Amino acid sequence: MALVDDRSMTTGRVEWTGGSASVGDYFELLKPRVMSLVIFTALTGMVLAPGGVHPLIGFVGLLAIAVGAGASGALNMWYDADIDRVMSRTARRPVPDGRISASAALQFGVVLSVLSVMVLGVAVNWVAGSLLAFTIFFYVVVYTMGLKRRTPQNIVIGGAAGAFPPMIGWAAVTGAVSVESIVLFLIIFMWTPPHFWALALVKSDDYARAGVPMMPVVAGPGSTRRQIVLYSVLLAPIGVLPTLLGFAGLAYGAVAAVLGVVFLALAVQVARITEGPAARTAAMRLFFFSILYLFALFAVLLVEHLAVLHLAGA
Amino acid sequence: MDDRDLIELTPEQKRKRRTRSIAIALFLVGLVVLFYLVTIVKLGGNIASRAI
Repeated sequence: MALVDDRSMTTGRVEWTGGSASVGDYFELLKPRVMSLVIFTALTGMVLAPGGVHPLIGFVGLLAIAVGAGASGALNMWYDADIDRVMSRTARRPVPDGRISASAALQFGVVLSVLSVMVLGVAVNWVAGSLLAFTIFFYVVVYTMGLKRRTPQNIVIGGAAGAFPPMIGWAAVTGAVSVESIVLFLIIFMWTPPHFWALALVKSDDYARAGVPMMPVVAGPGSTRRQIVLYSVLLAPIGVLPTLLGFAGLAYGAVAAVLGVVFLALAVQVARITEGPAARTAAMRLFFFSILYLFALFAVLLVEHLAVLHLAGA
Repeated sequence: MDDRDLIELTPEQKRKRRTRSIAIALFLVGLVVLFYLVTIVKLGGNIASRAI
């Protein structure tokens, strides 16, 4: 029991080293940066979906999706505390740092998971609620517990968890899954491997020390660089699909095409520059650009759609 | 006497516990308000036009 394990005896009374977590520490368990991307892509899915939803119900839906994503982040930090502890990027997280106990992180994650799915199901609809439940299950059980420590394809398959939010947002409005929402899913799904592998190329020592079989650790940097290019080749045209399928306009299509070409060019640079600090710079450039790429694509989708609605209403 | 009765929290631990308790209270109040508002929205005009 944590209360007994964490104490250190003093004369007469007992000091307890636990209980020092702040509200901010618990908020950190929710992976707020990941959560912000989830909110943004889910909102885009909601806005693009045909039909409409009452603003309050839409807000509750978005809140539930965000909390569900945060809950899966907390469960990931509970399970991965041992490997987070040995990686420089993650050693300061609340559980490996000792600010929150593993059991508290588990309880926090489970309670928020159940609550977010129930709220989304009851207040919005059960298609969206079921998708959120599946996303949490996929991220925690399939990715974190199953794939992450076993295969270099971990983030390829596990990337699906991060790709579901726009589909959940779409389902929150329509009560169904459609081709359009699958395309939004595919954009994030194809974006995930080059995004994470660019970072993994730079942080491969960290992953190797933690025993996580990331692609650069298992297949080597050469193979990883080739696969980054391969996924970038697939991603660029998928990025333009919303325009080709008619649920986004030409402005989006132009932005997606240009950014897709830049993405590919940066990926080729990563493949060509393999030695020294320049190789690291190329990888980090692709990593940061990939964040901008995804943000820009969904921002343009959102703004363009709102502009069209505004003009149609004017 | 339970082991826990012997534990003496430091002022810092007490302060952190208090802020955590306040955060949980605010979260629960927010949830109650949210459920109330969702119920009103879901009911909509149906309650007024129901068969008597």
